[in-house]
Amino acid sequence: MNLARAATVSPRTSADNAQPLIVARGLSKVYGGTDAQRVLALKNLDFQIYDGEFVSVVGQSGCGKSTLLKVLAGLLPYSAGSVELNGKPLRGPSPEAAVVFQSPVLLPWRTVIENVLLPIEFRKLRIADYRQKAADLLALVGLQDFAQRYPFELSGGMQQRAAIVRALVQDPRLLLMDEPFGALDAMTREQMNLELMRIWSGSRKTVFFITHSIAEAIFLSDRVIAMTTRPGTIADIISIDLPRPRDLSIINTDRFGRYAAHLHSLLDAQGGMF
Amino acid sequence: MAMPATDRAPAEMVASPSEAPLSFVRRYPQFTISPAILVALVACWWLATDVFGAPAYIVPPPEQVLRALVHGLSRAPWDTGGYWYHAGITVWEALLGLLIGAVFGALLGFVICHWPILGRSWYPYIVGFQSLPKVALAPLMVVWFGFGLQGKVFITAVITFFPVLVNTMAGYQAVEPERIELARSCNASEWHLLSKIILPSCLPFLFAGLSVASVLAILGAVVGEFVGASAGLGMLLMQYDQQMELAPMFAVILLLAVTGFLMNYVMRMLERRYCFWAQRINASGRP
Repeated sequence: MNLARAATVSPRTSADNAQPLIVARGLSKVYGGTDAQRVLALKNLDFQIYDGEFVSVVGQSGCGKSTLLKVLAGLLPYSAGSVELNGKPLRGPSPEAAVVFQSPVLLPWRTVIENVLLPIEFRKLRIADYRQKAADLLALVGLQDFAQRYPFELSGGMQQRAAIVRALVQDPRLLLMDEPFGALDAMTREQMNLELMRIWSGSRKTVFFITHSIAEAIFLSDRVIAMTTRPGTIADIISIDLPRPRDLSIINTDRFGRYAAHLHSLLDAQGGMF
Repeated sequence: MAMPATDRAPAEMVASPSEAPLSFVRRYPQFTISPAILVALVACWWLATDVFGAPAYIVPPPEQVLRALVHGLSRAPWDTGGYWYHAGITVWEALLGLLIGAVFGALLGFVICHWPILGRSWYPYIVGFQSLPKVALAPLMVVWFGFGLQGKVFITAVITFFPVLVNTMAGYQAVEPERIELARSCNASEWHLLSKIILPSCLPFLFAGLSVASVLAILGAVVGEFVGASAGLGMLLMQYDQQMELAPMFAVILLLAVTGFLMNYVMRMLERRYCFWAQRINASGRP
């Protein structure tokens, strides 16, 4: 059993010899109460995510990748199987995980800094203890001059940066990102990818990243989970052995192309058109 | 204004109406065209009465109404023969009723949305009561509360309750689910969820309800006074009506219109103060 799992361990994390941060076994999720309406969103998922790893999930829309993220965030109960976060069974939202949604979800009546400190208020921690940290993180993403501004004064990319800072301020071990750059234009998106890489390599957080862009997944990740549609199952988990730090030119290399072709074939195999 | 020098179609750019400097009239129609409309209306009124001779027992000429207005407003606020005293009573009734109606409307709106079982079980009664013309309750108020303040406050509260309730419910249902998920993902307490997410999210809707309710509040107070009162602008209207004194009646009607306008204006000022972000969002075209 342990031997079978070892195959999925990426070289980087096995070198760290870390405990898995997330262990999912036979994880399933069924929507709908009555038999006629039942939808099997996730079927029998087995995977592990290691400390400090960047793992992406790709799949077509409706493959249950957002459902999976919500289950890991503790926002949705799962129907069968088990999930462990840091060795403990997952029951509801955990302070060790923070979510970045597809839209920034900044509260328009709060300034940027007040938005960033919102999780601290929710967790009933002392706000004064986190002000400096929030300011440092805003500076890290280049928003130091916008702390006292309101969200409507920021561009879409800046809003999403503020949302990432809001997730980081709680100092979570796990960052759950649900297509965070999906609503941004292509140029901003590339920029945000580079910035996320920079933040991630500086902080060594574990990132679980949902996307429908194969290129984005390969570019960012240590491992990519490819999901099939209806029911959502894991088609394959691919280790991306591209050197880090990566820059955008890596997209044009042969190895990148082979990973992309492989993932395409995995997602196409179920007859999907994109 | 500095325009970027492009060699393609500069004429079009200059001609576009949004780029042309706005004239004073276009920029401030409320200070230019609005007074002009008033002047035109008064002129028509003056023509109808003083020039074409509409009888004064049907439409009193403007100068008589103005004289009544000046006469009524030149009295001290505590003089029961002047308008200030009665306007104060009516506004006091309207404000108290609005306060009670709005508080109950907003509270009930939150409660029946937050606990859907309450919402679904109470909804038929709420709709039933809503379809009842509340004015029909006014005579009952005299029986229950007599001719004093309470009856008017009650009828005003009943009338203002519904727009606030309905808008609060609409606001609650319009809260972005992601905002609630954000709070839940941070282990927010129910109280924090309500006070830091749901309540502020509902504010624009709440103010829309209050804006409607502020105008209805005057209506409620006046209807309450019609049924039986010893003071207030509504009572004055009834009194002048029985005495066939049309000029002061018109003066009081004008005063009621101005009062309703001012109540609504104050509400909009409050909205701008506490909901500035909602207007900015709309202005930038985002939901």
